[in-house]
Amino acid sequence: MTSKIAVVALFGLLTACVTINIYFPAAAAQEAADQIIDDVWQIDDEAKKATTPDAEATATK
Amino acid sequence: MIQLGMKQFISYFLGLMFLTMSVVHAAPNLEVNTPAINALKNSMQARHTALASHYESGAIGLTANGLIAVRDAKALPLKDRRGINALVASENSDRSRLYKEVAVANSHPEWEASIQDAFAGRWIDKAQGGWYYQSAGAWQKK
Repeated sequence: MTSKIAVVALFGLLTACVTINIYFPAAAAQEAADQIIDDVWQIDDEAKKATTPDAEATATK
Repeated sequence: MIQLGMKQFISYFLGLMFLTMSVVHAAPNLEVNTPAINALKNSMQARHTALASHYESGAIGLTANGLIAVRDAKALPLKDRRGINALVASENSDRSRLYKEVAVANSHPEWEASIQDAFAGRWIDKAQGGWYYQSAGAWQKK
């Protein structure tokens, strides 16, 4: 009886795994793209460089 | 008999619960941190130092399908004209492999085209002002 429960539970788990991610997660794909593009084009680094002088300027005022 | 029916009910209920939990917990984030993806990113990042000035001059531009193309070879310094096709081809090869690897890393190789579409829009959105991109078959200046 316990094994039967285990089998059904396992079946439920497998079905769940198949159910996930059938539809393309467009928003997640855009986020993933942003992350990779920022790294390749080093957009964060440029933004940091651009903001650093401002930060120093306000600190000295 | 009644007891057996009850246990069956419980086991079905457990199965259903697993299913619901897994669906609810399905994280929407895509896996982008694999050795293959990181290697492609590093390769593209290194190449970008060579490509950046050509985006700015308009010699190359971003295509609507997430790749790059030579737009105006005359905008290139003579020394760079010979190598530009190879440079563009290497970049496009890396980009195509990147789209494939992201799909594979998320166990959905069939997502490759959708991922490429998602990237195509984001490359153009994140491009700097003055760079060229293709829209409806024509080059546009950003």
